[in-house]
Amino acid sequence: MNKLLEMHNISKSFPGVKALSDVSLDLNHGEVLALVGENGAGKSTLMKILTGIYSKDDGEILYEGKPLQLTSPKEAQEMGISIIHQELNLMKDLTIAENIFIGREPRGMFNFFIKDRKLNDMTNELFEKLALKLDSKTKVQNLTVAKQQMVEIAKALSFDSKILIMDEPTTALTDSEIDVLFAIIEQLKEKGVGIIYISHRMDELKRISDRVLIMRDGQYVDTLETKTTEISTVINKMVGREIFIESKPEKFDDNEQIVLELKNVETMKQLKNISFQLKKGEILGFAGLMGAGRTEVANAIFGVDRLKKGEIHLNGKKVTIKSPAKAVQKGIGYLSEDRKHLGLLTDLDVKTNIIMSNIEKIQNFGFINENTSKEIAEKYVKQLKIKTPNVNQKIKFLSGGNQQKIVIAKWLLKDCDILIFDEPTRGIDVGAKGEIYKLLDELAESGKSIIMISSELPEILRMSHRIVVMSEGKITGILKSEEASQEKIMELATAYQA
Amino acid sequence: MKADTIIEEHTKKKFNVSGNTIQQLLAFSSLIVLVLFFTIASPNFLQTDNIIGIFLSTSVTGILALGATFVIVTSGIDLSVGTVMALSSVMTGMIVVNADLPIMVGVVGGIATGAFCGFICGLVITKLKIPPFVATLAMMMIAKGLALVISKASPIYFTDKPNFSKISLGTLPGTSIPYAVVIFFALGIIAAILLSKTVFGRFTIAIGSNEEATRLSGVNVDRWKIMVYSVAGLFTGIAGVIMASRLNSAQPALGQGYELEAIAAVVIGGTSLSGGKGTIVGTLIGALIMSVLTNGLRVLSIPQEWQTVVVGVVIIFAVFMDILRRRKE
Repeated sequence: MNKLLEMHNISKSFPGVKALSDVSLDLNHGEVLALVGENGAGKSTLMKILTGIYSKDDGEILYEGKPLQLTSPKEAQEMGISIIHQELNLMKDLTIAENIFIGREPRGMFNFFIKDRKLNDMTNELFEKLALKLDSKTKVQNLTVAKQQMVEIAKALSFDSKILIMDEPTTALTDSEIDVLFAIIEQLKEKGVGIIYISHRMDELKRISDRVLIMRDGQYVDTLETKTTEISTVINKMVGREIFIESKPEKFDDNEQIVLELKNVETMKQLKNISFQLKKGEILGFAGLMGAGRTEVANAIFGVDRLKKGEIHLNGKKVTIKSPAKAVQKGIGYLSEDRKHLGLLTDLDVKTNIIMSNIEKIQNFGFINENTSKEIAEKYVKQLKIKTPNVNQKIKFLSGGNQQKIVIAKWLLKDCDILIFDEPTRGIDVGAKGEIYKLLDELAESGKSIIMISSELPEILRMSHRIVVMSEGKITGILKSEEASQEKIMELATAYQA
Repeated sequence: MKADTIIEEHTKKKFNVSGNTIQQLLAFSSLIVLVLFFTIASPNFLQTDNIIGIFLSTSVTGILALGATFVIVTSGIDLSVGTVMALSSVMTGMIVVNADLPIMVGVVGGIATGAFCGFICGLVITKLKIPPFVATLAMMMIAKGLALVISKASPIYFTDKPNFSKISLGTLPGTSIPYAVVIFFALGIIAAILLSKTVFGRFTIAIGSNEEATRLSGVNVDRWKIMVYSVAGLFTGIAGVIMASRLNSAQPALGQGYELEAIAAVVIGGTSLSGGKGTIVGTLIGALIMSVLTNGLRVLSIPQEWQTVVVGVVIIFAVFMDILRRRKE
């Protein structure tokens, strides 16, 4: 029997960049092929060629033994090649059913009217097959991110796909939802569907994939049988260098001064009875599932959401923080999980981004002092080891890790003593993660207090002196570093308290 | 299965009345409150003649607003509808009066002019990738200029074609309801069906909601956008014909400013300028709110200058209410 898919010696260049050179890939029926590589390794480009979004410069694609020439994503879908993109591609104002069958809705009169009832029936039928319990008439904007992901998967599967590409499908999913996803993947494998699975999460590869294909800098590195391969081998091949070994943070002195304390805080947004202390030089991890209320705690501290009840104390004094601007004045910095939209001006250069929140201090009569700002920017570029040709580089050309460092620089310049990191390493590749961790450690050692919200348990365990675990808007436990384990955290994170 | 129950729980929690419904109720109750207020304030307000007058004066802006709703739902904007409407009037006048062709030909010609202008806007927006604001701003000027050039800058009177004014001012047999009002409501129903029941409407909302996702779903976004602007142009053309018929003349210089009134009606009706959300019923109510206000204030003998000020305040109020509601969600 022919292989389901063979891609031979694929090359692709963009103006000024060679995105892929000589990459080959093959996929069998009923197989999960994991595709790994650091950001910028060329995984997405390769998949975009496979799904007809980009055209290849060179190479050959064989689909069930026959040459494949695609011109559009629609054509790819009709041929049975579907992709679930990393950023969700849904139309939030439409219902689940409308989203799944967009462009393929059952039509009535004049081929112009839509048969809505039939559309919903088709959707429900599909959900039954996949054992999903969703209401086809719900608008997508009312769904949690995880369920939107499920809708995406259902959409891809509605095409009777033979090849399904998943680009980091689990980033926004909780553990139990990941279980559901993996169960669906197993089902699909039995039906002979070939799956290309892109992920940064190494533990998942072990669980779900049959083979791992590793890419680096637009080139093919190796394909390995998952069963007989160590994760460290995969990571080494990915980054092309040894990566530091996971460790726990150094022991923390409990007698340090309390810089921030929340007492019985409640907000309109689901928070109930939140109390905890943050000490000088401490890294306080916030663990929990999606929607547990971790970001809402940050919003309460940072003055985004008003308190309904409770008190916030800064350095022992009760404070009211009415707005983010007030929070910043009081020395609190917030690094959002959505860097691109909330943290950075990606069309501007490194220098401007670093000085942005501090621009009043380096201006004379409204004119920005270019020399001072350049000096400041260069200082931080050096201190935080930001990789950029110069401080005039537009930051959209920098990697995720370096962008994150610029956000950090911005807040350091602002002289914040309390820094709240929301998913500090989301979308950052494995190598750069280590650097961000080191940076956080250094910040804490220098006396900054850090709240770190993270969905990655290894990250929480590696970084936090203490770990606050939340579930359903409440704190279900606070663990010390030495007593914490993945199991304990998960237990608390799934605990429901009345 | 455990995972199933988790998913089910999520679904239950989020179940509530859709935002559009609330906004429509809100707009509708504001309309009722306004009507009640003016009825109490002046005995002249709730007279049959005055009510018909309100509907008649709503018809032109209302028809423009119906078309504009589609454009705004795609998160676009059409600034050209005012002057394109004038151009359509002039074309109808040229055909009927200057070329002395049958009225029907003039009507079709006027409507076709509007649709064609919309089509061109759509082409420029999708193929030349010029933002809707700029593309339709240019069309606004082009249409304004052309209307003046074609008519030699003077109005065209339909005095010799007595049947022409009947298109809008003739009444339904046995009633005093003018055809303009009938046409307005008929178009309202057609537009509502278009937006909610057809492929065209579905793609309009999809594009406004997430254009890239719609494209990746294999929908020919460019083609449907061109359609949307063409349909808006078609409505504009119809408005032009009605306008000419009501005034019994084609006024080349009358039109600019109507586009903003149409947009205001759409916005008051709860359609979001950022796209994806909007209903025809909302737009109808929005258009009525505007004319009830103007009419009511006039009945109360408040000077016209102040009427405009009030309408401005109402726009801010309406949109603010919408924002408040969304915040609560």
